[in-house]
Amino acid sequence: MSIDPPLIKIRDLHFSRGDRVIFDGVDIDIPRGKVTAIMGPSGTGKTTLLKLIGGQLRPSQGTIEVDGLNVHALSRKALFKLRMRMGMLFQTGALLTDLTVYDNVAYPLREHTDLPESMIRRLVLMKLEAVGLRGARDLLPSALSGGMARRVALARAISLDPMMVMYDEPFTGQDPISMGVLAQLVRRLNDAVGLTSILVSHDVEETSAISDLVYVINGGKVIEQGTPGELANSSSASVRQFMSGLPDGPVGFHYDAPTLDEDLLSMRGAS
Amino acid sequence: MLDVLASFGRKGLEAFERLGRGHLLFLQILAGITSLLPRPGLLVAQLHSIGVRTITIIVVSGLFVGMVLSLQGYYVLSQFAAEDSLGVMVAASLVRELGPVVTALLFAGRAGSALTAEIGLMKATEQLSGLEMMAVDPVRRILTPRFFAGFISMPLLAALFSAVGVIGGYFVGVGLLGVDEGAFWSQMQAKIDWDGDVINGVIKSLVFGVICTWIALFQGYDTLPTSTGVSRSTTRTVVHSALAVLVLDFVLTALMFGD
Repeated sequence: MSIDPPLIKIRDLHFSRGDRVIFDGVDIDIPRGKVTAIMGPSGTGKTTLLKLIGGQLRPSQGTIEVDGLNVHALSRKALFKLRMRMGMLFQTGALLTDLTVYDNVAYPLREHTDLPESMIRRLVLMKLEAVGLRGARDLLPSALSGGMARRVALARAISLDPMMVMYDEPFTGQDPISMGVLAQLVRRLNDAVGLTSILVSHDVEETSAISDLVYVINGGKVIEQGTPGELANSSSASVRQFMSGLPDGPVGFHYDAPTLDEDLLSMRGAS
Repeated sequence: MLDVLASFGRKGLEAFERLGRGHLLFLQILAGITSLLPRPGLLVAQLHSIGVRTITIIVVSGLFVGMVLSLQGYYVLSQFAAEDSLGVMVAASLVRELGPVVTALLFAGRAGSALTAEIGLMKATEQLSGLEMMAVDPVRRILTPRFFAGFISMPLLAALFSAVGVIGGYFVGVGLLGVDEGAFWSQMQAKIDWDGDVINGVIKSLVFGVICTWIALFQGYDTLPTSTGVSRSTTRTVVHSALAVLVLDFVLTALMFGD
């Protein structure tokens, strides 16, 4: 156990969209310098959690503290200042489509610093080198594959040397090679630069391989937490189902419906 | 019956809510001018994409509208042996009405729809969200420069429309129909009033510039982040802009030339 206070402290988090409850009392600690994974089936609000941490959404109850600051009590200015120390990698990359790879990575530097162009060039090339795409600097985002776009977005996310990076489903829709590349990149960057990484994903294997700590969310609550090893041997049926990818279990295969017989024999809706 | 009433009420509330969001966004956009002033480059880039790229359609339309005005005007005026006033008629219609109104309609179709689609797609592809997470305010960085570019472009485009229209009218009136050249220009010079005609026309196009750009930006920013959402918003931009321009034109005309 680390003695440092956690970088992110989430307490009693409640959040709903309309009538749908997404989080119903969630407590999460994200330790400094580690890769923490938040896993759970699709639609459990993992992306929402990142948006809550980044202050883009507001919880209906509970607090989120990042580096000792209560995100949702900050003024807009203070929130923006905090966000400069947070990197976020969106699922699609969210690169600005009218700028080249180089300009995309340089963008936060140009927006937030007064560095001379020669210095920006050096920084951008270093960041691109770290993700292996220095040679792609003159391409437009439309010319990149999905995996490359995410690596460029990662270079952009770390261009201001943040204290933490949030990854939103970095592995979804990737071929095995770029999945492996991304996974190694996440781990390497975390250790080399001393980042804190938060990884939201439902790719159990890849994510378990690189994370130090895993939280499993389902039905608006944290249902299990621990190291990947502990989770693999979890006693909870839903965690086991999720970790080994079984089609049926506590999380049913079928969406709620009347029985098939009833539905087929019913005359309702027949014209 | 109650369902109908309820859905009517819900739609009404939604419309008011949207109107409120639109006005708040308008204020945010205006407030963004403080961060635009130190970076004029952003404005120049948008002036190019919103203003300069709309010039072709404005020039071509203006030319033909002027030519048609001249043809039709000649037909009516010649019945009263007043062909010499053709220049006045063409210029007055253009400067007072057709310049600002047709320019605004073309602007909504050409630049407004493009703005909505651009911003809507930026929202759908999480680019706006991405900016926010990079501690960049998308309203100030993306919307404000576009708004002021539209505001500045519109009167200039309208002026261009009117000028080209007058030239088109001259070609047809003097060149084809044989109206006296001296009368065409001198009557125009004598009868078109700077304050009453030209300035009022400019005021109209400034108002249209604000309305059309605002509608386009709001529709893009407020869109549902899906392909259907963006397509609906783009349509709405053109329809709402056209209606707003025509209604406002009547109101402004009544105020300016009413008495």
